Amino acid sequence: MKVGTVAGTVISTINIPLLDEHRLLLCDLQDVDGNASGYTIAVDVVDAGVGDTVLILDEGSSARQILGLDHGAIRAVVVGIVDELVVDGHSRPLT
Amino acid sequence: MHLGRVMGSVVATERVPGLDGVRFLIVQPLDRASRPEGDTLVAADGVSMAGPGELVYFVASREAAEALPERFVPVDHAIVGIVDDVHVRPLHDEEE
Repeated sequence: MKVGTVAGTVISTINIPLLDEHRLLLCDLQDVDGNASGYTIAVDVVDAGVGDTVLILDEGSSARQILGLDHGAIRAVVVGIVDELVVDGHSRPLT
Repeated sequence: MHLGRVMGSVVATERVPGLDGVRFLIVQPLDRASRPEGDTLVAADGVSMAGPGELVYFVASREAAEALPERFVPVDHAIVGIVDDVHVRPLHDEEE
């Protein structure tokens, strides 16, 4: 999993069926020091909002398990909202 | 999944079994602000409605094989949706 920040939402009406009733969040990913390191579009299952620091899972079989699917083109899922990040013993401010 | 811009299409009649009926589109991957980033790639069209110039989003690796109606087709990238709108706040250190 990765830590990221919800940067925005992706609105889409034409998509593969499995994505139909899911909210898509564009999330900036960050490394352990909090520097930006790419982004991903993830399915939201925890009602995260823009600005939230979140935990993002990016692996197919776990994603399908979370969505209760046997098959499906799904990998990235926002699985948690981060309250606190402690790195090297210090609580790091959430961006 | 990542953002992409459809740049064109690829016609290839000679292809491995399992790819029949799959529509191939040339996609330019985009960064978080929809600016071109990285090399173009050829993706299977999982929504079979994406046209040139359209903003789409695509999935890579094994999940791409699951994106088409006919499951487990040998593709490594697949378009899974067309973007109607994307709102992204600027990165803190990026003037936008």
